[in-house]
Amino acid sequence: MNSKIPEGIIVDKAGPLALIQDGGRFGVRHLGVTQSGAADWISHRWANWLLGNPLDSAALEIVVGGGLTLSVECPTRLALVGADLDATLDDTSLAPGTSFIVKPGQRLIFRQPRTGLRAYLAFPGGLDAPEILGSRACTTRERLGGLHDDGQPLKAGDRLTWPGKAPGERRLPEELAPSMPNSSCRLALVLGAQAGHFTGLSLYQAFNSVWQVDNRADRMGVRLLGPPLSCRLSGMISEGIPLGAVQVPTDGQPIVLLNDRQTIGGYPRLGALTPIACATLAQCLPGTEIHLKPVTATQAREAYLALLNRF
Amino acid sequence: MKAKPELSMETVGMETVAMDCIMVRLFDSIDEQNMAWIMAADQALRGAFGESLIDLVPSYTTLLIHYDCRQLNHTEARARILAALEHLTPADTQAGQLHEIPAWYDESVGPELSRVADRAGLTVQEVIRRHCAHDYCVFALGFAPGYSFMGLVEQALATPRLSTPRRKVSAGSVGIAERQTAIYPLPSPGGWNILGRTAVPLYDFARRGEPLLRLGDKVRFKSISRSEFEAQGGDTSPLEER
Repeated sequence: MNSKIPEGIIVDKAGPLALIQDGGRFGVRHLGVTQSGAADWISHRWANWLLGNPLDSAALEIVVGGGLTLSVECPTRLALVGADLDATLDDTSLAPGTSFIVKPGQRLIFRQPRTGLRAYLAFPGGLDAPEILGSRACTTRERLGGLHDDGQPLKAGDRLTWPGKAPGERRLPEELAPSMPNSSCRLALVLGAQAGHFTGLSLYQAFNSVWQVDNRADRMGVRLLGPPLSCRLSGMISEGIPLGAVQVPTDGQPIVLLNDRQTIGGYPRLGALTPIACATLAQCLPGTEIHLKPVTATQAREAYLALLNRF
Repeated sequence: MKAKPELSMETVGMETVAMDCIMVRLFDSIDEQNMAWIMAADQALRGAFGESLIDLVPSYTTLLIHYDCRQLNHTEARARILAALEHLTPADTQAGQLHEIPAWYDESVGPELSRVADRAGLTVQEVIRRHCAHDYCVFALGFAPGYSFMGLVEQALATPRLSTPRRKVSAGSVGIAERQTAIYPLPSPGGWNILGRTAVPLYDFARRGEPLLRLGDKVRFKSISRSEFEAQGGDTSPLEER
Protein backbone atom coordinates (compact mmCIF):
# COMPACT_ATOMS: atom_id res chain seq x y z
CA MET A 1 0.00 0.00 0.00
CA ASN A 2 1.30 3.38 -0.89
CA SER A 3 1.26 5.48 2.27
CA LYS A 4 2.22 8.69 0.51
CA ILE A 5 -0.23 10.54 -1.71
CA PRO A 6 1.90 11.56 -4.67
CA GLU A 7 -0.66 13.81 -6.23
CA GLY A 8 -2.67 16.71 -4.97
CA ILE A 9 -4.00 19.96 -6.28
CA ILE A 10 -1.93 22.30 -8.40
CA VAL A 11 -2.23 26.07 -8.31
CA ASP A 12 -2.73 27.03 -11.97
CA LYS A 13 -3.29 30.69 -11.30
CA ALA A 14 -2.74 32.50 -8.01
CA GLY A 15 -5.32 35.08 -7.00
CA PRO A 16 -4.36 38.16 -4.97
CA LEU A 17 -4.10 36.32 -1.65
CA ALA A 18 -4.55 32.71 -0.62
CA LEU A 19 -2.81 31.64 2.58
CA ILE A 20 -2.45 28.40 4.48
CA GLN A 21 -3.98 29.01 7.90
CA ASP A 22 -4.71 26.89 10.95
CA GLY A 23 -5.95 27.87 14.40
CA GLY A 24 -2.93 30.10 14.98
CA ARG A 25 0.50 30.17 16.59
CA PHE A 26 0.35 30.25 20.37
CA GLY A 27 2.81 30.28 23.25
CA VAL A 28 5.41 32.37 21.42
CA ARG A 29 3.94 35.88 21.56
CA HIS A 30 6.48 36.87 24.24
CA LEU A 31 9.13 36.43 21.54
CA GLY A 32 7.42 38.93 19.28
CA VAL A 33 5.77 36.25 17.11
CA THR A 34 2.20 37.12 16.24
CA GLN A 35 -0.88 34.90 16.66
CA SER A 36 -1.73 34.49 12.96
CA GLY A 37 -4.28 31.78 12.08
CA ALA A 38 -7.61 31.95 10.23
CA ALA A 39 -9.09 35.46 10.48
CA ASP A 40 -12.65 34.11 10.30
CA TRP A 41 -11.90 31.25 12.66
CA ILE A 42 -15.58 30.23 12.76
CA SER A 43 -15.83 29.50 9.03
CA HIS A 44 -12.40 27.86 9.15
CA ARG A 45 -13.55 25.51 11.91
CA TRP A 46 -16.77 24.59 10.10
CA ALA A 47 -14.82 23.82 6.93
CA ASN A 48 -12.68 21.36 8.90
CA TRP A 49 -15.77 20.01 10.68
CA LEU A 50 -17.37 19.16 7.35
CA LEU A 51 -14.49 16.76 6.66
CA GLY A 52 -14.24 15.38 10.18
CA ASN A 53 -10.81 17.03 10.64
CA PRO A 54 -9.44 18.35 13.91
CA LEU A 55 -11.05 21.80 13.88
CA ASP A 56 -7.74 23.71 13.92
CA SER A 57 -6.31 21.86 10.90
CA ALA A 58 -4.51 23.82 8.20
CA ALA A 59 -6.81 24.95 5.39
CA LEU A 60 -6.72 27.60 2.67
CA GLU A 61 -7.85 31.14 3.47
CA ILE A 62 -8.84 32.58 0.11
CA VAL A 63 -9.21 36.36 0.15
CA VAL A 64 -11.36 37.92 -2.59
CA GLY A 65 -10.75 35.07 -5.04
CA GLY A 66 -9.59 37.10 -8.01
CA GLY A 67 -9.27 34.17 -10.40
CA LEU A 68 -7.48 31.69 -8.14
CA THR A 69 -7.53 28.50 -10.17
CA LEU A 70 -6.80 25.07 -8.70
CA SER A 71 -6.34 21.98 -10.84
CA VAL A 72 -7.27 18.62 -9.32
CA GLU A 73 -4.86 15.67 -9.77
CA CYS A 74 -6.48 13.07 -7.56
CA PRO A 75 -10.01 12.34 -6.36
CA THR A 76 -10.99 13.57 -2.92
CA ARG A 77 -13.59 15.49 -0.95
CA LEU A 78 -13.11 19.19 -0.11
CA ALA A 79 -15.16 21.56 2.03
CA LEU A 80 -15.87 25.24 1.47
CA VAL A 81 -17.20 27.64 4.13
CA GLY A 82 -17.26 31.42 4.51
CA ALA A 83 -17.46 34.02 1.78
CA ASP A 84 -19.28 33.33 -1.46
CA LEU A 85 -16.50 34.06 -3.95
CA ASP A 86 -18.54 32.93 -6.98
CA ALA A 87 -16.59 29.66 -6.97
CA THR A 88 -17.09 26.89 -9.49
CA LEU A 89 -15.94 23.31 -9.97
CA ASP A 90 -15.82 23.13 -13.77
CA ASP A 91 -19.35 24.29 -14.64
CA THR A 92 -20.92 23.70 -11.24
CA SER A 93 -21.40 26.52 -8.75
CA LEU A 94 -20.07 25.79 -5.28
CA ALA A 95 -22.18 26.95 -2.37
CA PRO A 96 -20.31 27.84 0.83
CA GLY A 97 -21.20 25.59 3.75
CA THR A 98 -20.89 22.33 1.80
CA SER A 99 -18.41 19.61 0.99
CA PHE A 100 -18.06 18.13 -2.48
CA ILE A 101 -16.17 15.47 -4.42
CA VAL A 102 -13.48 16.55 -6.87
CA LYS A 103 -12.02 14.38 -9.65
CA PRO A 104 -8.75 14.46 -11.58
CA GLY A 105 -8.79 17.02 -14.36
CA GLN A 106 -11.41 19.23 -12.74
CA ARG A 107 -10.72 22.88 -12.05
CA LEU A 108 -11.79 25.03 -9.13
CA ILE A 109 -12.02 28.76 -9.79
CA PHE A 110 -12.64 31.52 -7.23
CA ARG A 111 -13.75 34.74 -8.88
CA GLN A 112 -14.98 37.62 -6.74
CA PRO A 113 -16.92 38.22 -3.52
CA ARG A 114 -20.69 38.10 -3.70
CA THR A 115 -20.97 38.01 0.09
CA GLY A 116 -18.09 38.10 2.56
CA LEU A 117 -14.39 38.43 1.85
CA ARG A 118 -12.63 35.22 2.91
CA ALA A 119 -13.49 31.66 1.89
CA TYR A 120 -12.04 28.62 3.63
CA LEU A 121 -11.23 25.52 1.64
CA ALA A 122 -10.49 22.46 3.77
CA PHE A 123 -8.74 19.22 2.82
CA PRO A 124 -8.97 15.74 4.38
CA GLY A 125 -6.69 15.63 7.42
CA GLY A 126 -5.55 19.23 6.87
CA LEU A 127 -3.05 20.64 4.37
CA ASP A 128 0.55 19.44 4.47
CA ALA A 129 2.94 22.24 5.42
CA PRO A 130 5.92 22.49 7.76
CA GLU A 131 5.00 23.14 11.37
CA ILE A 132 6.88 26.22 12.57
CA LEU A 133 6.79 27.16 16.25
CA GLY A 134 3.82 24.85 16.69
CA SER A 135 1.73 26.04 13.75
CA ARG A 136 1.36 25.90 9.98
CA ALA A 137 -0.16 29.39 9.85
CA CYS A 138 1.33 31.60 7.16
CA THR A 139 2.43 35.08 8.27
CA THR A 140 3.76 37.14 5.39
CA ARG A 141 5.11 39.98 7.50
CA GLU A 142 7.16 37.55 9.61
CA ARG A 143 8.18 35.30 6.70
CA LEU A 144 6.94 32.38 8.76
CA GLY A 145 4.88 29.32 7.89
CA GLY A 146 2.95 28.46 4.76
CA LEU A 147 3.73 25.86 2.12
CA HIS A 148 7.45 26.66 1.90
CA ASP A 149 7.86 28.25 5.34
CA ASP A 150 8.63 31.63 3.82
CA GLY A 151 5.33 33.24 4.76
CA GLN A 152 4.42 33.63 1.09
CA PRO A 153 0.88 33.27 -0.26
CA LEU A 154 0.11 30.53 -2.78
CA LYS A 155 1.72 31.04 -6.15
CA ALA A 156 1.25 29.42 -9.54
CA GLY A 157 2.88 26.01 -9.64
CA ASP A 158 2.47 25.25 -5.94
CA ARG A 159 1.17 21.76 -5.21
CA LEU A 160 -1.18 21.25 -2.27
CA THR A 161 -1.20 17.85 -0.59
CA TRP A 162 -2.92 16.40 2.46
CA PRO A 163 -2.58 13.25 4.51
CA GLY A 164 -6.21 12.08 4.78
CA LYS A 165 -8.53 10.02 2.63
CA ALA A 166 -11.84 11.38 1.36
CA PRO A 167 -14.30 11.15 4.25
CA GLY A 168 -18.02 10.53 3.97
CA GLU A 169 -20.36 13.46 3.58
CA ARG A 170 -21.31 15.59 6.55
CA ARG A 171 -23.96 18.26 6.26
CA LEU A 172 -23.84 21.60 7.98
CA PRO A 173 -27.36 22.59 9.12
CA GLU A 174 -28.28 25.87 7.50
CA GLU A 175 -28.95 27.61 10.82
CA LEU A 176 -25.38 26.80 11.92
CA ALA A 177 -23.60 27.94 8.75
CA PRO A 178 -21.81 31.25 9.37
CA SER A 179 -23.80 34.05 7.79
CA MET A 180 -21.76 36.67 5.98
CA PRO A 181 -22.24 40.33 6.94
CA ASN A 182 -24.41 42.36 4.60
CA SER A 183 -24.17 46.12 4.23
CA SER A 184 -24.13 46.63 7.99
CA CYS A 185 -23.42 44.65 11.12
CA ARG A 186 -23.14 44.91 14.90
CA LEU A 187 -19.88 43.97 16.54
CA ALA A 188 -19.53 43.25 20.26
CA LEU A 189 -16.72 45.06 22.04
CA VAL A 190 -15.47 44.29 25.55
CA LEU A 191 -14.93 47.71 27.01
CA GLY A 192 -11.65 48.05 28.86
CA ALA A 193 -7.95 48.90 28.61
CA GLN A 194 -7.71 52.71 28.34
CA ALA A 195 -11.44 53.25 27.72
CA GLY A 196 -11.69 55.39 30.86
CA HIS A 197 -9.24 57.90 29.42
CA PHE A 198 -11.37 58.76 26.38
CA THR A 199 -13.56 61.83 26.57
CA GLY A 200 -17.22 61.31 27.40
CA LEU A 201 -18.21 62.54 23.97
CA SER A 202 -15.82 60.08 22.31
CA LEU A 203 -17.23 57.18 24.32
CA TYR A 204 -20.74 58.22 23.33
CA GLN A 205 -19.71 58.51 19.70
CA ALA A 206 -17.90 55.18 19.72
CA PHE A 207 -21.14 53.33 20.46
CA ASN A 208 -23.66 55.60 18.77
CA SER A 209 -22.02 56.38 15.46
CA VAL A 210 -22.04 54.44 12.25
CA TRP A 211 -18.48 53.32 11.46
CA GLN A 212 -17.39 52.39 8.02
CA VAL A 213 -14.83 49.72 7.13
CA ASP A 214 -11.97 51.47 5.34
CA ASN A 215 -10.13 49.95 2.39
CA ARG A 216 -6.99 49.99 4.57
CA ALA A 217 -7.83 46.56 5.95
CA ASP A 218 -5.74 43.43 6.10
CA ARG A 219 -4.85 40.60 8.46
CA MET A 220 -2.97 43.01 10.74
CA GLY A 221 -5.82 45.40 11.26
CA VAL A 222 -8.95 47.02 9.92
CA ARG A 223 -9.35 50.78 10.02
CA LEU A 224 -12.77 52.21 10.81
CA LEU A 225 -13.87 55.60 9.52
CA GLY A 226 -16.14 57.87 11.56
CA PRO A 227 -16.01 60.78 13.96
CA PRO A 228 -12.48 61.31 15.35
CA LEU A 229 -12.21 59.95 18.90
CA SER A 230 -9.99 61.63 21.42
CA CYS A 231 -8.16 60.20 24.38
CA ARG A 232 -6.75 62.27 27.23
CA LEU A 233 -3.63 60.11 27.51
CA SER A 234 -0.72 61.91 25.91
CA GLY A 235 1.78 59.08 25.77
CA MET A 236 1.68 55.42 26.57
CA ILE A 237 4.32 52.84 27.32
CA SER A 238 4.05 49.94 24.86
CA GLU A 239 2.21 46.90 26.18
CA GLY A 240 0.87 43.59 24.90
CA ILE A 241 -2.08 43.78 22.49
CA PRO A 242 -4.94 41.25 22.52
CA LEU A 243 -6.85 40.02 19.47
CA GLY A 244 -9.53 42.49 18.44
CA ALA A 245 -7.98 45.43 20.30
CA VAL A 246 -9.54 48.69 19.15
CA GLN A 247 -6.65 51.10 19.19
CA VAL A 248 -7.04 54.78 18.49
CA PRO A 249 -4.00 56.55 17.04
CA THR A 250 -3.64 60.33 17.16
CA ASP A 251 -5.85 60.88 14.09
CA GLY A 252 -8.75 59.49 16.14
CA GLN A 253 -9.74 56.81 13.63
CA PRO A 254 -9.89 53.39 15.33
CA ILE A 255 -7.98 50.38 14.04
CA VAL A 256 -9.18 46.93 15.04
CA LEU A 257 -6.14 44.70 15.39
CA LEU A 258 -6.55 41.20 14.03
CA ASN A 259 -4.54 37.99 13.80
CA ASP A 260 -1.30 39.35 12.31
CA ARG A 261 -1.10 42.40 14.61
CA GLN A 262 2.14 43.56 16.17
CA THR A 263 2.50 41.87 19.57
CA ILE A 264 3.01 45.07 21.56
CA GLY A 265 2.07 48.67 20.93
CA GLY A 266 1.54 52.02 22.51
CA TYR A 267 -1.73 53.50 21.28
CA PRO A 268 -4.67 53.84 23.70
CA ARG A 269 -7.40 51.26 23.27
CA LEU A 270 -11.14 51.29 23.87
CA GLY A 271 -11.11 47.58 24.62
CA ALA A 272 -11.28 44.63 22.26
CA LEU A 273 -13.82 43.12 19.92
CA THR A 274 -14.89 39.63 20.96
CA PRO A 275 -13.42 36.73 18.95
CA ILE A 276 -16.82 36.24 17.31
CA ALA A 277 -16.92 39.91 16.28
CA CYS A 278 -13.36 39.61 14.91
CA ALA A 279 -14.45 36.71 12.70
CA THR A 280 -17.36 38.81 11.40
CA LEU A 281 -15.16 41.85 10.78
CA ALA A 282 -12.73 39.68 8.80
CA GLN A 283 -15.61 39.09 6.35
CA CYS A 284 -16.58 42.77 5.95
CA LEU A 285 -15.89 44.43 2.62
CA PRO A 286 -14.74 48.06 2.59
CA GLY A 287 -17.73 50.33 3.03
CA THR A 288 -19.60 47.97 5.35
CA GLU A 289 -21.34 49.88 8.14
CA ILE A 290 -20.37 48.89 11.66
CA HIS A 291 -22.20 49.49 14.93
CA LEU A 292 -20.15 48.81 18.04
CA LYS A 293 -22.01 47.27 20.94
CA PRO A 294 -20.48 47.22 24.43
CA VAL A 295 -20.54 43.87 26.24
CA THR A 296 -18.91 42.60 29.42
CA ALA A 297 -16.17 39.96 29.34
CA THR A 298 -18.64 37.56 30.96
CA GLN A 299 -21.31 38.09 28.29
CA ALA A 300 -18.67 37.69 25.60
CA ARG A 301 -17.43 34.45 27.15
CA GLU A 302 -20.94 32.99 27.36
CA ALA A 303 -21.55 33.66 23.67
CA TYR A 304 -18.13 32.24 22.81
CA LEU A 305 -18.60 29.03 24.79
CA ALA A 306 -22.10 28.58 23.36
CA LEU A 307 -20.66 28.83 19.85
CA LEU A 308 -17.84 26.36 20.59
CA ASN A 309 -20.47 23.91 21.86
CA ARG A 310 -22.16 23.83 18.47
CA PHE A 311 -19.23 22.13 16.79
CA MET B 1 23.20 51.53 42.49
CA LYS B 2 19.61 52.53 42.84
CA ALA B 3 17.47 50.49 45.20
CA LYS B 4 14.97 48.19 43.57
CA PRO B 5 11.55 49.83 43.40
CA GLU B 6 9.16 48.36 45.86
CA LEU B 7 6.14 46.52 44.56
CA SER B 8 3.04 46.91 46.62
CA MET B 9 -0.13 45.00 45.92
CA GLU B 10 -2.05 48.24 46.40
CA THR B 11 -0.43 49.74 43.31
CA VAL B 12 -0.65 46.64 41.11
CA GLY B 13 -3.35 47.13 38.50
CA MET B 14 -5.45 44.40 36.90
CA GLU B 15 -7.39 45.54 33.87
CA THR B 16 -9.79 43.69 31.63
CA VAL B 17 -8.52 44.24 28.11
CA ALA B 18 -10.43 41.59 26.17
CA MET B 19 -12.82 38.67 26.66
CA ASP B 20 -9.97 36.39 27.71
CA CYS B 21 -7.10 38.80 28.49
CA ILE B 22 -6.08 40.65 31.63
CA MET B 23 -3.37 43.29 31.78
CA VAL B 24 -1.29 43.21 34.95
CA ARG B 25 0.23 46.64 35.46
CA LEU B 26 3.14 46.75 37.89
CA PHE B 27 4.69 50.17 37.24
CA ASP B 28 3.90 53.54 35.69
CA SER B 29 7.25 54.43 34.18
CA ILE B 30 10.15 52.79 32.38
CA ASP B 31 13.02 51.85 34.67
CA GLU B 32 15.76 49.25 34.34
CA GLN B 33 14.98 48.29 37.92
CA ASN B 34 11.46 47.20 36.91
CA MET B 35 12.82 44.19 35.11
CA ALA B 36 13.61 42.17 38.23
CA TRP B 37 9.91 42.34 39.14
CA ILE B 38 8.58 41.85 35.61
CA MET B 39 10.70 38.72 35.20
CA ALA B 40 9.65 37.38 38.59
CA ALA B 41 5.99 38.05 37.81
CA ASP B 42 6.40 36.36 34.42
CA GLN B 43 7.62 33.15 36.08
CA ALA B 44 5.06 33.25 38.89
CA LEU B 45 2.14 33.85 36.51
CA ARG B 46 3.25 31.09 34.13
CA GLY B 47 3.33 28.75 37.11
CA ALA B 48 -0.04 29.87 38.44
CA PHE B 49 -1.85 29.49 35.12
CA GLY B 50 -0.10 26.36 33.89
CA GLU B 51 -2.11 24.69 31.15
CA SER B 52 -4.75 27.44 31.22
CA LEU B 53 -2.26 29.95 29.85
CA ILE B 54 -2.40 30.64 26.12
CA ASP B 55 0.14 33.47 25.97
CA LEU B 56 1.89 35.88 28.30
CA VAL B 57 3.45 39.04 26.92
CA PRO B 58 5.66 40.98 29.32
CA SER B 59 6.62 44.53 28.44
CA TYR B 60 8.26 47.51 30.18
CA THR B 61 5.72 47.89 32.96
CA THR B 62 3.03 45.31 32.25
CA LEU B 63 2.27 41.66 31.61
CA LEU B 64 -0.58 40.73 29.25
CA ILE B 65 -2.17 37.42 30.22
CA HIS B 66 -4.17 35.57 27.59
CA TYR B 67 -5.82 32.64 29.31
CA ASP B 68 -8.02 29.83 28.05
CA CYS B 69 -11.53 30.96 28.88
CA ARG B 70 -12.85 27.44 28.31
CA GLN B 71 -10.99 26.54 31.51
CA LEU B 72 -11.24 29.71 33.58
CA ASN B 73 -13.74 32.50 33.97
CA HIS B 74 -12.70 36.08 34.60
CA THR B 75 -12.99 35.85 38.39
CA GLU B 76 -10.91 32.67 38.54
CA ALA B 77 -8.26 34.23 36.32
CA ARG B 78 -8.04 37.29 38.57
CA ALA B 79 -7.73 35.08 41.63
CA ARG B 80 -4.81 33.23 40.07
CA ILE B 81 -3.07 36.50 39.31
CA LEU B 82 -3.50 37.74 42.86
CA ALA B 83 -2.21 34.48 44.28
CA ALA B 84 0.80 34.51 41.96
CA LEU B 85 1.83 38.04 42.85
CA GLU B 86 1.22 37.88 46.58
CA HIS B 87 4.62 36.66 47.69
CA LEU B 88 6.66 37.89 44.77
CA THR B 89 10.37 38.52 45.26
CA PRO B 90 12.43 40.22 42.56
CA ALA B 91 14.32 37.99 40.15
CA ASP B 92 18.09 38.02 39.98
CA THR B 93 18.79 40.39 37.09
CA GLN B 94 22.44 39.41 37.12
CA ALA B 95 21.29 36.07 35.72
CA GLY B 96 20.59 37.72 32.34
CA GLN B 97 23.22 37.17 29.69
CA LEU B 98 25.48 39.99 28.47
CA HIS B 99 25.69 40.07 24.67
CA GLU B 100 28.32 42.06 22.82
CA ILE B 101 26.85 43.10 19.46
CA PRO B 102 29.40 44.33 16.91
CA ALA B 103 28.00 47.08 14.70
CA TRP B 104 29.36 49.13 11.83
CA TYR B 105 28.46 52.75 12.48
CA ASP B 106 28.56 54.66 9.21
CA GLU B 107 26.49 57.33 7.46
CA SER B 108 25.78 54.95 4.54
CA VAL B 109 24.01 52.41 6.74
CA GLY B 110 23.27 54.78 9.61
CA PRO B 111 21.92 57.97 8.01
CA GLU B 112 20.73 59.52 11.30
CA LEU B 113 24.20 59.57 12.90
CA SER B 114 24.51 63.23 12.02
CA ARG B 115 20.93 64.06 13.07
CA VAL B 116 21.56 62.61 16.54
CA ALA B 117 24.96 64.30 16.73
CA ASP B 118 23.58 67.70 15.69
CA ARG B 119 20.75 67.56 18.21
CA ALA B 120 23.13 66.54 20.99
CA GLY B 121 25.82 69.05 19.99
CA LEU B 122 28.32 66.21 19.75
CA THR B 123 30.55 64.81 17.04
CA VAL B 124 29.48 61.66 15.24
CA GLN B 125 32.44 59.87 16.81
CA GLU B 126 31.25 60.89 20.26
CA VAL B 127 27.70 59.68 19.52
CA ILE B 128 29.11 56.29 18.54
CA ARG B 129 31.33 56.17 21.63
CA ARG B 130 28.42 56.99 23.90
CA HIS B 131 26.02 54.55 22.22
CA CYS B 132 28.61 51.83 22.88
CA ALA B 133 29.30 52.93 26.45
CA HIS B 134 26.21 51.56 28.16
CA ASP B 135 25.00 48.03 28.86
CA TYR B 136 21.39 48.22 27.68
CA CYS B 137 18.67 46.23 29.32
CA VAL B 138 16.23 44.23 27.16
CA PHE B 139 12.84 45.61 28.28
CA ALA B 140 10.53 43.86 25.86
CA LEU B 141 10.41 41.62 22.82
CA GLY B 142 7.75 42.49 20.33
CA PHE B 143 6.63 44.41 17.27
CA ALA B 144 8.26 41.71 15.13
CA PRO B 145 9.88 38.33 15.89
CA GLY B 146 13.13 38.88 17.75
CA TYR B 147 12.74 42.67 17.89
CA SER B 148 14.14 43.76 21.27
CA PHE B 149 13.34 47.07 22.89
CA MET B 150 16.40 48.14 24.89
CA GLY B 151 17.38 51.05 27.02
CA LEU B 152 17.96 53.38 28.44
CA VAL B 153 19.97 55.48 26.00
CA GLU B 154 21.55 58.43 27.77
CA GLN B 155 19.45 61.58 27.73
CA ALA B 156 21.85 63.53 25.48
CA LEU B 157 21.35 61.05 22.63
CA ALA B 158 17.57 60.82 23.03
CA THR B 159 16.04 61.63 19.61
CA PRO B 160 12.40 61.52 18.57
CA ARG B 161 11.26 59.14 15.83
CA LEU B 162 11.41 60.34 12.22
CA SER B 163 8.32 62.33 11.29
CA THR B 164 7.92 60.12 8.22
CA PRO B 165 8.90 56.51 8.77
CA ARG B 166 11.05 54.78 6.18
CA ARG B 167 9.28 52.32 3.94
CA LYS B 168 12.09 49.86 4.45
CA VAL B 169 14.75 49.59 7.11
CA SER B 170 17.38 46.91 6.37
CA ALA B 171 17.78 43.86 8.59
CA GLY B 172 20.44 44.38 11.26
CA SER B 173 19.87 48.15 11.45
CA VAL B 174 20.63 49.62 14.88
CA GLY B 175 18.37 52.51 15.78
CA ILE B 176 17.30 54.76 18.59
CA ALA B 177 13.95 56.39 19.41
CA GLU B 178 13.83 58.69 22.40
CA ARG B 179 15.77 56.80 25.07
CA GLN B 180 15.31 53.37 23.53
CA THR B 181 17.55 51.45 21.21
CA ALA B 182 16.81 48.39 19.08
CA ILE B 183 17.98 46.22 16.21
CA TYR B 184 15.67 45.43 13.28
CA PRO B 185 15.76 41.63 12.90
CA LEU B 186 14.03 41.72 9.50
CA PRO B 187 13.66 44.35 6.81
CA SER B 188 10.56 46.33 7.76
CA PRO B 189 9.07 49.80 7.71
CA GLY B 190 10.30 51.88 10.62
CA GLY B 191 10.72 55.34 12.02
CA TRP B 192 13.71 54.95 14.32
CA ASN B 193 16.93 56.92 13.89
CA ILE B 194 19.35 54.50 12.29
CA LEU B 195 22.98 54.71 13.42
CA GLY B 196 24.56 51.58 12.01
CA ARG B 197 24.18 47.92 11.20
CA THR B 198 25.10 44.57 12.71
CA ALA B 199 25.70 41.24 10.99
CA VAL B 200 24.52 39.28 14.05
CA PRO B 201 21.42 37.30 13.03
CA LEU B 202 18.49 38.04 15.32
CA TYR B 203 15.74 36.43 13.37
CA ASP B 204 16.72 32.82 12.74
CA PHE B 205 15.43 31.86 16.19
CA ALA B 206 12.26 30.65 14.54
CA ARG B 207 14.38 27.76 13.31
CA ARG B 208 16.26 27.34 16.58
CA GLY B 209 13.27 27.95 18.83
CA GLU B 210 15.04 30.53 20.99
CA PRO B 211 15.76 34.19 20.35
CA LEU B 212 19.29 35.53 20.78
CA LEU B 213 18.14 38.27 23.12
CA ARG B 214 15.78 37.56 25.97
CA LEU B 215 13.96 39.71 28.48
CA GLY B 216 16.36 40.96 31.15
CA ASP B 217 19.48 40.30 29.07
CA LYS B 218 22.06 43.06 28.68
CA VAL B 219 23.43 44.30 25.38
CA ARG B 220 26.65 46.21 24.75
CA PHE B 221 27.33 47.51 21.25
CA LYS B 222 30.86 47.47 19.88
CA SER B 223 31.91 49.72 17.03
CA ILE B 224 33.67 47.82 14.24
CA SER B 225 35.20 48.80 10.92
CA ARG B 226 33.72 48.21 7.51
CA SER B 227 36.20 45.41 6.83
CA GLU B 228 35.37 43.67 10.10
CA PHE B 229 31.66 44.06 9.32
CA GLU B 230 32.17 42.57 5.87
CA ALA B 231 34.23 39.72 7.31
CA GLN B 232 31.25 38.90 9.55
CA GLY B 233 29.06 38.67 6.46
CA GLY B 234 27.48 42.10 6.87
CA ASP B 235 25.50 43.67 4.05
CA THR B 236 27.04 47.04 3.18
CA SER B 237 24.34 48.22 0.80
CA PRO B 238 23.26 51.72 1.84
CA LEU B 239 19.96 52.25 3.60
CA GLU B 240 17.12 53.12 1.26
CA GLU B 241 16.21 56.78 0.99
CA ARG B 242 13.11 57.84 2.84
